[in-house]
Amino acid sequence: MITRNQASLVQLACNRKVTILLSFQFILCQGIMTSSRHTNSKRIEGLDKNVWVAFTSVAADPTIVNLGQGFPDIPPPAYVKEGLANAAAVDKLNQYTRGFGHPALVKALSQVYGKVYGQQIDPFKEILVTVGGYGSLFSAMQGLVEVGDEVIIIEPFFDCYVPMVRMAGAKPILIPLRVKTNIVSSADWVLDPAELASKFTSKTKAIIINTPNNPIGKIFTRDELQMIADLCIKHDTLCISDEVYEWLIYKGHQHIKIATLPGMWDRTITISSAGKTFSVTGWKLGWSIGPEHLIKHLQTVMQNTLYTCPTPLQEAVAQGLLRDYELMGQPDCYFSSLAVELEGKRDRMAAILQDVGMSPIIPEGGYFMCVDVTSLNQDLSHMGDDEPYDYKFVKWMIKEKKLAAIPVTAFCGDASKKQFEKYIRLCFIKKDSTLDAAEAILKNWNS
Amino acid sequence: WKLFDVSWSTIHCKLISYILIMSRQLHARRIEGVDKNIWVEFTQLAADYQVVNLGQGFPDFSPPSYIQEAFCKAVNGGCSMHQYTRAFGHPPLVTILAKFFSKVVGHDIDAFEDILVTVGAYQALFCTFQALVNEGDEVIIIEPFFDCYQPMVKMAGGKAVYVPLRPVRGKALTSADWVLSSEELASKFNSRTKAIVINTPNNPLGKVYKREELQLIADLCIKHDVVCISDEVYEWLTYDGAKHVKIASLPGMWERTVTIGSGGKTFSATGWKVGWAIGAGHILKHLKTVHQNSVYHCATAAQEAVAVGFQREYEHFGTPESYFLQLPERLQHKREKLAACLESVGLQPVLPEGGYFMIADISSVKVDLNDPSTQGEPYDYRFVKWLIKEKGLATIPVSAFYSPEHSKDFENYIRFCFVKEDSTLSSAEAILRNWSNGK
Repeated sequence: MITRNQASLVQLACNRKVTILLSFQFILCQGIMTSSRHTNSKRIEGLDKNVWVAFTSVAADPTIVNLGQGFPDIPPPAYVKEGLANAAAVDKLNQYTRGFGHPALVKALSQVYGKVYGQQIDPFKEILVTVGGYGSLFSAMQGLVEVGDEVIIIEPFFDCYVPMVRMAGAKPILIPLRVKTNIVSSADWVLDPAELASKFTSKTKAIIINTPNNPIGKIFTRDELQMIADLCIKHDTLCISDEVYEWLIYKGHQHIKIATLPGMWDRTITISSAGKTFSVTGWKLGWSIGPEHLIKHLQTVMQNTLYTCPTPLQEAVAQGLLRDYELMGQPDCYFSSLAVELEGKRDRMAAILQDVGMSPIIPEGGYFMCVDVTSLNQDLSHMGDDEPYDYKFVKWMIKEKKLAAIPVTAFCGDASKKQFEKYIRLCFIKKDSTLDAAEAILKNWNS
Repeated sequence: WKLFDVSWSTIHCKLISYILIMSRQLHARRIEGVDKNIWVEFTQLAADYQVVNLGQGFPDFSPPSYIQEAFCKAVNGGCSMHQYTRAFGHPPLVTILAKFFSKVVGHDIDAFEDILVTVGAYQALFCTFQALVNEGDEVIIIEPFFDCYQPMVKMAGGKAVYVPLRPVRGKALTSADWVLSSEELASKFNSRTKAIVINTPNNPLGKVYKREELQLIADLCIKHDVVCISDEVYEWLTYDGAKHVKIASLPGMWERTVTIGSGGKTFSATGWKVGWAIGAGHILKHLKTVHQNSVYHCATAAQEAVAVGFQREYEHFGTPESYFLQLPERLQHKREKLAACLESVGLQPVLPEGGYFMIADISSVKVDLNDPSTQGEPYDYRFVKWLIKEKGLATIPVSAFYSPEHSKDFENYIRFCFVKEDSTLSSAEAILRNWSNGK
């Protein structure tokens, strides 16, 4: 690490040789000491890579048609924006609110979910407001998952589950959804019951489920959830149910909360997101709902991590929820009207892909669609061998075709990469002009 | 009959499940011993009783109008204001923070490498401890300390090592009279010391560390190769011409310091929860790893508004239009008002050189604390609760800011927040006068 320049300095200054030598040694030692001692803590070892950090900056280029990261480019409903502007105009709503959730918000959540669950939900003891669904996942892991525990994760999974489990010092146990021969819809991806049962051991602390699933769009049926519930009860494990896309359910399907199955309320944390519910991902508000004896541990994590979420945003979400609560079951309710709007986009996206010879997996819910790109026959051997095919494909497609997607192997473990490496994920909660632009790129693929 | 069968099996299932659930340890060990929290306890109390609230540290006046306007503008801005922004900090915000603080620190700060935006300074502290502290590492905490440092160190598996500020004998009239013993401080450093946490201006005392005091700490950090975590959320609030010095600007310190700041305290908008950590990239990258695995993004619109606020302050820096000059001027007057009031009723305030708070010695006050619900609690906790319930005035007990080892020595102080409208301070004054007059 001694550069030529630094060595020359030492040579030149004869009468201040000692001082410079000492200073130089000091700087050198600083450099060595800095790099060897101030390293990361063990808990985050190997957790620095992240698919979003890798792909979102690339897609920030405005010339790229971005069907990658999951956020709308359509505006949120006007009353939601107004709610925020109104909240920010009230002095005390610019100051700290209750740590575990702004009272107006937890009360509104208690009303809405009380209706959905068909039971009373205590706003102060059975709800925690967090920084997005992400923050709820983190609070649940940190609060409930111990070093040495095992946590079952179903592939493909929202990518943060594995690093969060690892950061809690636990071991992720992966089980893939497997597909029958003709893949038409996300319903064709199912768990093998015997395989699932084999994953439960005495070390299993929890299973994470995500319904509707990101990236596939699968909605777990009542029977599938019952199978999981039976195992949870048999092995006395917890269930962390990520239901951020709970309202984005397409015709002919029903979202079922595993927490409503017999014996499951007491062992389930259910996670939701204001960002996904109201098309405001940039508000970063979510919540966990569950029994007091579990939620209290998430609250402990909250009070030792960020203490409270932003006040005006919580107030605005509360107002939005109350408005839609009154309309629940009616077509005007945003929870249903958004799903209707997105179903149209889903169908359009599917048609675009089918028209160019690809086979999309039609999602039953959520706002993503996965598609097998094999039929495009894109030769990427020039890109080397160190990444799965889908990573190479997406990087190539962003660069050459100006269309961004997300590689599906980002959502699975190493052992399953071969199973998923021909799939890419497209987000369709985009305005028509964005979908038009994507269509144009795909139609002109071979030109 | 069939219906009854179904109901019974549901009840049976629920019962078995409940019994099973209760028979295994649910919570992770990392949260053991960190479940109590004074804010949760005392904000609830203040909410339950109709109080004049000089307890929790937030202003009861509004943020400056230009920043409220900036927030409104962001809310009514394009679609992107309501969707995810860059995970480690909204580009306009990190850019202006880098520009602004490069000037203050005297070092070229890279907006994308050296800054992480967090959900309040609180989350910046969390990221720092989680990123750097391993099981068994020691972290030096100077007492009195903002209470969250201790549970955060504990949750990261670290061991807190305490060194107290002590009032110079015979003085203790201002926070400047509370000092560290250099020998005592030096004795706390050893090969297991990973970091030291300093807070200047200090909460609850209001001490603003002088350059020589920071140099003492810096010398030890360099000698023992320790990271300095510098909580500077009240950096703009100094009084009587006291100067806030950034330890990161001392020689040899930039590469080993994480400096934490708060949009909430800077712009009197604590409910926005926008904070940041600034430091050398090789350390900040580890905080980013924690951040991307815990919350990942912070709210976009609030970051946009804080960016606009800093841009305006950059343009008005050092001029009378600067909020960073106007606010401390306003607060200086409130500080005098409260101090005078406390003295006049026989409480002995410690005049703070900076920050939001003033502590006062309650030794001379004799009260019959016969509330059975507070039996066994430290004296200042009992006193504060009595003051809330009987007099309708909320404060915070200062022993909450001390380690278990030393808290017994500081049960005779309570903390007042004076960042309140004059009318609030006058109401507090009325309560105290009535009480002292025996009403």
